[in-house]
Amino acid sequence: MSATSSSPSDIRPGRTTDPALRGPVARPGSRLLHRMVWLRLSLLLSAPLAWMLLVYVVALAALLITSLWSVDSLTSEIDRTWTFDNFRTLLDNEVYRTVTFRTLGVALAVTVIDVAIALPIAFYMAKIASPRVRRMLVVAVLTPLWASYLVKVFSWRVVLSEGGLADWTGLGSPGYGLTAVIITQAYIWLPYVILPIFASLERVPDSLLEAAGDLGAPSGMVMRSIVFPLLVPGIVAGAIFSFSLTMGDYITVNIVGGANQMLGNLVYINAGAANNLPLAAAIAMIPIVVMLVLLTAIRRTGALDNL
Amino acid sequence: MKNTLRKGRVAAACLTLLSVSVLSACGSGDDDKKTEAVEKIGKTEGKVSILAWPGYVEDGSNDPAVDWVSAFEEETGCEVTSKSYGTSDEAFNLAKSGEYDVIAASGDLSLRLVASKEAQAINTDLVPNYANVYDFLKNTEWNTVDGKNYGVPHGYGANLLMFNKKNFAEAPTSWGAVFDKAELERNKGKVTAYDSPIYIADAALYLMKTQPELEIENPYALDQEQLDAAVALLKEQRQYVGEYWSDYLKEIQAFETGDSVVGTTWQVIKNNIKNKDVDVTLPTEGATAWNDTWMLSSQAKNPNCAYKWMDYILSPEANAQATEYFGEAPNSPEACAKTVDPKHCETFHAGDQEYAEQLWFWRTPVKECLDGRTDVECTDYAQWTEAWTEIKG
Amino acid sequence: MTLSPLSRRVLAGLTFGVLALIYVPLLVVVANSVNPSQSMTWPPDGVTLEWWRRAADSAGAREALVTSLQVAAVATALSLVLGTLLALALQRYSFFGKNAVNLLVILPIALPGVVTGIALNNGFKGILGVDLALWTIVVAHATFCIVTVFNNVQARLRRMGTSLEEASADLGAGVLTTFRLVTLPQLRSALLAGGMLAFALSFDEIIVTTFTAGQGATTLPIWILNNMFRPNQAPVVNVVAVVLIIFSIIPVWLAQRLSSDVEGVR
Repeated sequence: MSATSSSPSDIRPGRTTDPALRGPVARPGSRLLHRMVWLRLSLLLSAPLAWMLLVYVVALAALLITSLWSVDSLTSEIDRTWTFDNFRTLLDNEVYRTVTFRTLGVALAVTVIDVAIALPIAFYMAKIASPRVRRMLVVAVLTPLWASYLVKVFSWRVVLSEGGLADWTGLGSPGYGLTAVIITQAYIWLPYVILPIFASLERVPDSLLEAAGDLGAPSGMVMRSIVFPLLVPGIVAGAIFSFSLTMGDYITVNIVGGANQMLGNLVYINAGAANNLPLAAAIAMIPIVVMLVLLTAIRRTGALDNL
Repeated sequence: MKNTLRKGRVAAACLTLLSVSVLSACGSGDDDKKTEAVEKIGKTEGKVSILAWPGYVEDGSNDPAVDWVSAFEEETGCEVTSKSYGTSDEAFNLAKSGEYDVIAASGDLSLRLVASKEAQAINTDLVPNYANVYDFLKNTEWNTVDGKNYGVPHGYGANLLMFNKKNFAEAPTSWGAVFDKAELERNKGKVTAYDSPIYIADAALYLMKTQPELEIENPYALDQEQLDAAVALLKEQRQYVGEYWSDYLKEIQAFETGDSVVGTTWQVIKNNIKNKDVDVTLPTEGATAWNDTWMLSSQAKNPNCAYKWMDYILSPEANAQATEYFGEAPNSPEACAKTVDPKHCETFHAGDQEYAEQLWFWRTPVKECLDGRTDVECTDYAQWTEAWTEIKG
Repeated sequence: MTLSPLSRRVLAGLTFGVLALIYVPLLVVVANSVNPSQSMTWPPDGVTLEWWRRAADSAGAREALVTSLQVAAVATALSLVLGTLLALALQRYSFFGKNAVNLLVILPIALPGVVTGIALNNGFKGILGVDLALWTIVVAHATFCIVTVFNNVQARLRRMGTSLEEASADLGAGVLTTFRLVTLPQLRSALLAGGMLAFALSFDEIIVTTFTAGQGATTLPIWILNNMFRPNQAPVVNVVAVVLIIFSIIPVWLAQRLSSDVEGVR
């Protein structure tokens, strides 16, 4: 994030000297301090952990429980008898499968596009641009974040409309539909993908690249075997951002998505309009499961530890 | 902000306590719900909380020229807070929270509120301006249950057929323009429809007129077989739909640019479109329509100010301002006399009984058939909602 | 790194090209803020300042802006404290369940907003039985903002190493003194970066906000959502967006200056 051009001396590339292993003030052997370490750790952890557990974990658990309830159609009150009906509806009804795959497809497309665009830009910003230009570029990337999300989406509606800017300039517009959703979402989340990749690139010391070059490695090889591995955490962070943000969106698809609906719409409609919170909770389990599977898979690769 | 933070700490403490008993501490009883009408108005509470469609409760904060709330506040001393909602369904959930004293409800919401005991019967004697209201809006099926009045009428309007003349050799006169396959083929990808389960009634109305063998008597009373027929029709229409609309700027824009060329609309949308090729009509089959009523919450904390509000908003001045701003027919001839645009009531066919007779006002579909059939069970709103998800795919 | 001048130029062209494209929709917003057509049809057939005049008069927009700033400020403050504590704990200590805690921090941002939204909505109303208000938005925002602070601080801590802190301790400084005089100054730019991102996230959040906002709690995105779809109001929304963009350049630029100054000192 910050426009740091770190001096190479305080960088410890690789994970061989992980400071975490050494304790806060490494004076091993002192029993008193050992006890203090635990005291300090619990002091540090208690507040944030309590917050996360009480606010978030409890809410998620309650959501899971709610998905096992149902709504009484007469009184429209929640009936607290355990049932798998909601999940059966999800499995039996083809529409939920279609919408799930549509949503995952859109999220994947947005993520791939954003990473592909963000990589060269982040590389240029971090490694080629002069510090002054770099600072300007960071400002240029950050500024659109402040123009309201809704306004930007609506602006895309204007751009993509018949006779709108896209048509007008002769580029042609795909019209409202999934393509429009992908374009708009890729646009909205791009800064969130550029920034972590930029930050992780900044941490790659120039000296490392120079050394590799001095030793005769062609720039393609430097990219492949040095830059890319160091980039993975940044890419993963950016990809998680864009994938999950797209997966949960229901406003963009309403504005530029034509007649399509995504998972977010189904959750929103059932939670609000249809007054069927249990079904909404059950649908919400789909993205939760997808993200948990993804995060576990990513954790296996070790990228998450460096996020 | 200080207050917010303190509340935050208290809540955090509550959270700690309550998380232990996650399951036990839910729901509120029906004890605090009062559904019977009151005999007289007491002392006003100094505030009132209103839930309404956007544009119904304007206090000048959006546009200083549009303000009929300030006058009410000065007159009665009741401070108004309001929240606007996007669809009847959203309003239903908000109303159930019990945070609102008065609710502006369309017919697809009003009966749901009554059925779930969220509405309090209204003593119309305590609303003097009620006397002015058009008779055909009084004691209707969507605001009166078992002879008890649950709502006072605000304004009404029809879901009309809007089309772009350029795409039609001659102006369409039938809903076939959006339901007949041959007609749809010509405008593929440029058809629009209202994005709500209640739109199923539009398809049912068309079937009622074109397929008598289905024996649909009322588009809001569909048995399973009739609903299936309507759903099949809508699924076919879905192939030709460019987009569904629920917020009206979206439709205005789509018709201006030509992204949509035919579909359902409201009169106010037509009035906001500058494109001269766009026109509206009331098709021969008639149309679905809405009639909004002001209802009183059974959990109202400020019932006296709520009564004051209902009387105020029914007054010719306020009613004319509000209905003209929103773009719908006012509720009384007196209000028609007060509109800024002298032709407003003509444009919106206010008080035109013949016109109104062709309209099927929104109602909430319930299991007990609204058309009086007792040999079958009708489909309710939950089933319509499920069907709507499937139609959109 | 030895890149051929050509590939440097290609990269530069690509970067500036994409950044220019990023600004096209924003320019459309600017154009529409003076577009006489209230449904913003393209191309504009004239120029009007009517919407700017109306925006200047809009008390609703001003109040919503203040509300948003308040919510974002408190949520950012909360997430700065919680995120820094967590980062210190996870980066400087190893303990059982560390991985789980790490995952837990990422979760609110990794799960789609609509899920976080209904989970918290249900949590507040169903479990706690409290009415939604302004503070419920703050709690929700702080929850998903923690991760941005956490990420930045953790990365900085990893880079910092522990030698300075060790030296400080060896010279007899207490734990708190070391934190205040040694650790915190080094964290400053990371805190700034994390805090900025948290503030931006909270300021523009709409989905979780819709689910956790109480009656009368109108943040700017909610005000925009309420007004975006009204023919008379939509162009005013464009004006507000333009004003936001213009004013946002100042804090973003300042933050950049500040953070690079800090780096310069080091």
